[in-house]
Amino acid sequence: MGWLDRLRQGLEKTRALIKKGFSNISAGDLEELEVALLSADVGPKTTERLIEELKTKWKMYPNERLSTLLKGSIISLFPSSSNIIDKFLSGKWVILVIGVNGSGKTTTIGKLGKLLKERGKGVIFVAGDTFRAAAIEQLEVWGERVGIPVIKHREGADPGAVAFDGLRSAKARNIDIVIVDTAGRLHTKYNLMEELKKVKRVIEREKEDYQIYTLLVIDATMGQNAINQAKMFNDALTVDGIAVTKLDGTAKGGVVIGIASELKIPVVLVGVGEGIDDMQSFNSEEFANALFWEMS
Amino acid sequence: MFEALTEKIQNVFDRIRRRGKLSEADIQEVLREIRITLLEADVNYKVVKDFLERVREKALQESVLKSVSPSEQILKIIYEELTSLLGGEGRVEKGLPSVIMLVGLQGSGKTTTAGKLAVYYKKRQGRPLLVACDTRRPAAVQQLEVIGNSVNVPVYKENTDPITIAENAIKFAKEKVYMPVILDTSGRLHIDDDLMDELRKTYERVNPQEVFLVVDAMTGQDAVNIGEAFAKVVPLTGIILTKMDGDARGGAALSMRAVTGVPIVFVGIGEKFDAIEPFYPDRIASRILGMGDIKTLVEKVESAVSRERAEKSLEKFTLNDFMEQLKEIRNMGPLDQLMSLIPGFSKLTTKMPISVDERKLKRIEAIISSMTIEERENPHIINASRKKRIARGSGTTVQEVNQLLKQYEQIKSMIRQFSQLEKKGKFSLLGGRLW
Repeated sequence: MGWLDRLRQGLEKTRALIKKGFSNISAGDLEELEVALLSADVGPKTTERLIEELKTKWKMYPNERLSTLLKGSIISLFPSSSNIIDKFLSGKWVILVIGVNGSGKTTTIGKLGKLLKERGKGVIFVAGDTFRAAAIEQLEVWGERVGIPVIKHREGADPGAVAFDGLRSAKARNIDIVIVDTAGRLHTKYNLMEELKKVKRVIEREKEDYQIYTLLVIDATMGQNAINQAKMFNDALTVDGIAVTKLDGTAKGGVVIGIASELKIPVVLVGVGEGIDDMQSFNSEEFANALFWEMS
Repeated sequence: MFEALTEKIQNVFDRIRRRGKLSEADIQEVLREIRITLLEADVNYKVVKDFLERVREKALQESVLKSVSPSEQILKIIYEELTSLLGGEGRVEKGLPSVIMLVGLQGSGKTTTAGKLAVYYKKRQGRPLLVACDTRRPAAVQQLEVIGNSVNVPVYKENTDPITIAENAIKFAKEKVYMPVILDTSGRLHIDDDLMDELRKTYERVNPQEVFLVVDAMTGQDAVNIGEAFAKVVPLTGIILTKMDGDARGGAALSMRAVTGVPIVFVGIGEKFDAIEPFYPDRIASRILGMGDIKTLVEKVESAVSRERAEKSLEKFTLNDFMEQLKEIRNMGPLDQLMSLIPGFSKLTTKMPISVDERKLKRIEAIISSMTIEERENPHIINASRKKRIARGSGTTVQEVNQLLKQYEQIKSMIRQFSQLEKKGKFSLLGGRLW
């Protein structure tokens, strides 16, 4: 079962409800809708906002289906973004991958690297997680699997220095895509966030004709704290896009709606399984459709 | 956030007090505020609903006491209910377990926790053995080996399937008298039937005394599904909440506890291997309510700073005290961690440019040492020309002096807020009592 199906299945009950037109909606129906949004981790604030908006729209379009209106509201909360894979296919990129511990950075890098390599781009991985035990080895295993070289130092080395070497090596070999892994860190750790800024500064200084893309990895299982995470990583580094991982579970990742609407950071990638190919570019319409899918 | 919640509740009660009676509608309004607070803390909406129902009943039952304000009374009910739902006073340690199995989703922190538990039991006269049953994730076995090496605990590994590894490891441990045996299993999704089945089989084969579900403190609404699914497959005996050193409010703890019924036994509070603590329900209760982890803070402060000095510092906080505090705080551990325990300050911590690393501290010391005694006691007299002199004397810049003065003012105003709250009786910083 694909992740979209599972998302749909999770909201089976709501599906019947949102097929209704507004004229026959009751207070109980709205409450049920609220529960559906809350249980998808959309969060109390965004949920309230969406429901209030629905009530307003209701007056304007009394005959429109609930699903259409709600989908419209959700989609409009996501800032528009072009297909990220296509974007990486032209030009030279340094992709800096950041996030809290255990969010799925290394796995995301493996999958993204494979995707880009298959499309004919030269890719190298940079083992910038020099802190966690065996993190370098983990990236190396991925490198072997997908046939991408890994630039590394030993454990405990300065991540900025590894990034520097990675970039230099890419230039020397004329490789277009450099994907930099970083150690997972909680967004509340001041020193670790400073370290990350330094890594970015090094890349900034050495980039020449490479463009930098800062990719924040967020676990779909996370609740409202993900908003804080995104906010603080964005304050420190300016995040260009978000990858949502682990959407193959029962978690619906509704918190990305809150992140998108509050911080205007586009969601660009979704991880939907353990398989090496289980990564897709994000589509807000599909996402909203999956949340509130109706039988055609 | 604590301030926000109490303020909202206070507003409701201010209106009530004029009437002097607590009506059902009033309680309803208070409960709505609490609902939002709990949902924002990621407590599952179903759990929130049941919880509020219980609070409502209790609130209606209890007669309004004259000596206590109604808002204090209802907050007390909420806090107590929350604490008891989280497991009351916490679990009593039953001595060394023989076999511990760690289970959970990918990325929840099982391998790190395995290392921390090894250290924890080693300190308690155990002879732990770490077992690498995670044969799936790339380099997971190496990770455990590196951890074992750095904490000086043997790691059992074998090139076969996880069930056989677990079984052989226990045989090995019996021969060599290792206890506890800590099984680090692969992360798996609770809806992955094959892998869940593997977990069941492992359990049946090795019959561990403890099965701990390792859960990320940042987990959202899905916590209930995860808890339910794992509990169905293996009889859980406890939950370990990881990454509690962040600013997640940890509502998942409540959800997990409600659906599995098993106690939360440990919390992970940092990246180092001794950063694990037994779980105290009352502490998480205040944290979920956004009131900060007051008890932990109080303990830390009491153990590191002499009570007398802390009390004095609340009254008059000079630059001398600032320096003393920085030194003492350095001995307590990372400042950001400490500050995040203070009610309402968790959000502030990353904005605070006080990183207590050695070099910065030395510069701060130099700056303060270049001030006259008068300047240290009354920093407001420090004007531009004095700043120039201080900067020259300490080999720093005027900007750095400014920065230091700003930090000092920030801390001072925090302390002022603190003592005001204390005067209002909202809580006592040093008395250790919350209400």
